Amino acid sequence: MSLQTPPIDLQCQNLCKTFGSHRAVREISFAIPSGSFFSILGPSGCGKTTLLRMLAGFLEPDSGDIRIKSQSMLGVPPNKRPLNMVFQHLALFPMMSVGDNIGYGLRRRSVGADEIRRRVADVLKRVGLPDAAEKRVDQLSGGQKQRIALARCLVLEPTVLLLDEPLGALDLKLREQMKIELKQLQQTFGTTFVYITHDQSEAMVMSDQVAVMNHGRFEQVASPQALYYAPATPFVAGFVGDSNRIEGRLVGGGEGPRILSRHGLSLAVSPAGEHPLEDGAGVEAFVRPESIRVARGVHDMASDNQLVATVETVLFDGANSRIEVRESVHQLDLLVRLPQTHEFADLRRGETVSLGWMSGQTLCFASGGGDGDRGGGQGGRG
Amino acid sequence: MKSDGLRLGTWLLLGPALLWLLLLIVLPHVDMLLVSLRQRTGFGQYQTSTVHYLAFFTEPLYWRTFMRTAVMSILATILTLVIAFPVAWYIAKMVRGRVRSLLFMACLVPFWVSELVRTYGWMILLRETGVVSGFLQWTGLASGSVEMLYNDVAVMVGLVYASMLFMVVPLVTTLDSLDDCLIEAAYDLGGNGWSVLREIVIPFAMPGIVSGCIVVFMLSLGNYLTPVLLGGKGSMWFTEQIFTQFIVRFNWEQGAAFGVLLLVLSSLIVWLGLKLTRQSFTEVMR
Amino acid sequence: MTIRTGLTLRTLAVLPAAIVLALPLGVCAEELRLLTWGGYAPDEVVQAFEKETGIKVLVTLSNNEDMISKLRATGGAGFDLAQPSQDRITSAQQEFNIYKPIEFTKINQAQIIDSMLAATRKNTAIGDEVFGVPHIWGTSGLIVNQSVAERMKDWTDLCGPDLTGKVSYRMRRPILIGMAFAMGEDPFEAYADAPRYESMMEKVGEALIACKPNVKAYWGGGDELINLVSSGEVVAAEGWDAGGWKLHDTKPEISFVAPKSGALGWIDTFALPRRGKNDEAAYKWINFVMKPEIAAQITKSAGNFSASKGAEAFVDEKLKANYEASFDQAAIDNIKWYPPVPAGLEAIEGRILDRVQAAK
Repeated sequence: MSLQTPPIDLQCQNLCKTFGSHRAVREISFAIPSGSFFSILGPSGCGKTTLLRMLAGFLEPDSGDIRIKSQSMLGVPPNKRPLNMVFQHLALFPMMSVGDNIGYGLRRRSVGADEIRRRVADVLKRVGLPDAAEKRVDQLSGGQKQRIALARCLVLEPTVLLLDEPLGALDLKLREQMKIELKQLQQTFGTTFVYITHDQSEAMVMSDQVAVMNHGRFEQVASPQALYYAPATPFVAGFVGDSNRIEGRLVGGGEGPRILSRHGLSLAVSPAGEHPLEDGAGVEAFVRPESIRVARGVHDMASDNQLVATVETVLFDGANSRIEVRESVHQLDLLVRLPQTHEFADLRRGETVSLGWMSGQTLCFASGGGDGDRGGGQGGRG
Repeated sequence: MKSDGLRLGTWLLLGPALLWLLLLIVLPHVDMLLVSLRQRTGFGQYQTSTVHYLAFFTEPLYWRTFMRTAVMSILATILTLVIAFPVAWYIAKMVRGRVRSLLFMACLVPFWVSELVRTYGWMILLRETGVVSGFLQWTGLASGSVEMLYNDVAVMVGLVYASMLFMVVPLVTTLDSLDDCLIEAAYDLGGNGWSVLREIVIPFAMPGIVSGCIVVFMLSLGNYLTPVLLGGKGSMWFTEQIFTQFIVRFNWEQGAAFGVLLLVLSSLIVWLGLKLTRQSFTEVMR
Repeated sequence: MTIRTGLTLRTLAVLPAAIVLALPLGVCAEELRLLTWGGYAPDEVVQAFEKETGIKVLVTLSNNEDMISKLRATGGAGFDLAQPSQDRITSAQQEFNIYKPIEFTKINQAQIIDSMLAATRKNTAIGDEVFGVPHIWGTSGLIVNQSVAERMKDWTDLCGPDLTGKVSYRMRRPILIGMAFAMGEDPFEAYADAPRYESMMEKVGEALIACKPNVKAYWGGGDELINLVSSGEVVAAEGWDAGGWKLHDTKPEISFVAPKSGALGWIDTFALPRRGKNDEAAYKWINFVMKPEIAAQITKSAGNFSASKGAEAFVDEKLKANYEASFDQAAIDNIKWYPPVPAGLEAIEGRILDRVQAAK
């Protein structure tokens, strides 16, 4: 791997931007290798749009450097950067035909008319809309507009393509479909994509690398798998995927660390995060609903953590069905994913179930180590 | 049954508007057309004739006056557009909230006083013993008094001033609906200020530009006080000619013919303008 | 069903008209709708009249052309009394039939200067019917700044040397007729002979075109004239005697000069619109304003003298002095009174005026 490391297309160093007293982007550094799909994932207001606008050149950073192909972009206006952007609402020019939209950038580069026609036809073919050149923008469907917006940028063969939540306006079905399409297009064109989104599913499905952003900082930059299985901070653990969040104190012991929850429940955990855990200190533990095994009635679950609970609500959603349960003794609420077996098809509210999971699936972070806000609201029931 | 009721409702709603159109617009014009087509042969005696239309084309004075009026109005329209566009851009895109309403108000203020008072205001400023002349002499920029009134430039200033609002409002409305993202996207794709203006902003604002231009052109063409009061001794305005025919000469027939010709020719000019800019009227008025 | 609907609709259609018709009769007191010149119906006179008769006076300000146009548009309705100049009555009457004859029995003729009454009767008669009673008279002449008074003796002097951009006149008939007199012609005599009149006017037109460099601007209304002259931008202008005297009161260097070839005299009259509704009130107004002391009040506000017998006794000394400064006995005798304008002359004059205005 180290021998064939692809060249770095986009690199940021200690990027900062402050609006008044609001520090929108703080000390962000990252490097994106050529040809990869890089996502920046974060809740609204986390500073990702500011970061994007700095990359595109619509904002100047207060400090730090942006390099594309090791060329500093500071002071380079947007129209001179080897980087293009797909806007949130696509920003297709309504007064131009589809062909003219795509040819706009080429005309600005004084490419000959024949050459423009050829390249427009070519890129249209590659995005799968070979006959669209003469159409008006308002004759296109949502998904088609998406592809035209992409084609308008890709025809310029930029080093980096920025995408600002371009799927936000689409309905669910189309969004699922476009995720796959975008990934395929990125692979066929081989362009470096920087994709901004608040939708974790978009980021996870398409990306090679995902940066989770919160309060102007990157919490973690990693592959989707690493984010999911080994979150570095409680925010990431809560924000990426669903998690049950349990607050409590750390209790050391012979068989390993345990958490004593506010409810008085003691659970075996594995320490995670960069801050060392101390005995008696406040901690928070995260257990994913899909990590919890479940059985009807009272059974020995042969797990590090075992409890008996009552079903409060059945959330039937086909393959993604879950139940809300309440632990019988300490009244701890948990969300549990239902296995896709016929066994649970007639599970009802009020039934008793046994739950069990391993300490390795219970990631425990020191609380209060971050910025105070850890996306708490989204922690448990995403 | 239900559709009958609907139709009746539509007619009742449209009724006042149609009646208004018929009584105040259509009928007077029909009457004017009829008056223009008769010729006086004696005391209170008339016969049908096109002599008054012929007079327009055969008497060079009338034809020249119309051409002069049309050319000046077109010029005034272009000037108004050139001045109003940056103003509208500033109001629509650069400022928000209070400043914005204040600027709008500033465009509106001249219309709180009558056209006559506005025109007299310009006369006070521009006349030989007026404010501007006095100021120039005071600063030493001019040695003697300067006459800025009674020429075509003064008429142009008055016309542009009187038309500003009618250009700014439609422009602000269309520019308001221009998503800033389009401009950013154009920059991002390699456009510079000039090309973004030419390829994105102006095409987008075209409906506003065209509707503003039509209104300003018609207003200038139909203006009476400004050209008459600010214009020089050789300046003639077509509406002045119509007024003279009706009121001073008692020649209603000639005046009516001029009125009909003004309507037809100005519509023709607007139609030509729309054709040249490849705009459709329905599109513009949407 | 249909019949009933028809009836209802007809009733509905008639109802508003009935209301509109009923309103002015039912609600309002007796009123006199007066179409007149500025200054001819000052507030104090109107109030005195209302107090004496209880008739409300509604004044609309106008001028000769406007009066004829207004009455022509309605066929002589909308006003109860109009005040056109005597020379503009007969042609307008023949052409548009907008006036009705005066019943002289209803007029207190003893209040009116006999010679003027006789002249107006003659000039406003069509057959046996007479359409005008004299009210105010005045002249058109030259309003002159002292700086050029020496060489401003006649109409043609407006076109003299060293006056570039210093002269103003109105593009109407007085300047044409005044210039014709000053050029040695007699346009009034040529009134009856259209071709001769036309060739005379063409000569005048050429003179005015040659004169154009002298013109600063053509004035249209009294305010414009006063602005131009009182600011000193214009040193000589064609204008009314009253305007000149008003200017003289505020700026002594400005005066009204009767041209050597004769000032042009006009008499504004009373005439009854053909479809006027309140003739009785109109006669009452005529008899009221011709009383010497009332006439003097009007003279004060209008600046011109009236045809009322003995009104001079009540007129302001200053106005009298102005008048005497402008007119000696010879100048009075030399006033050229406008005879009635035959129909069609205005078309000739219009063509000449257009040509002058369009010329470079």
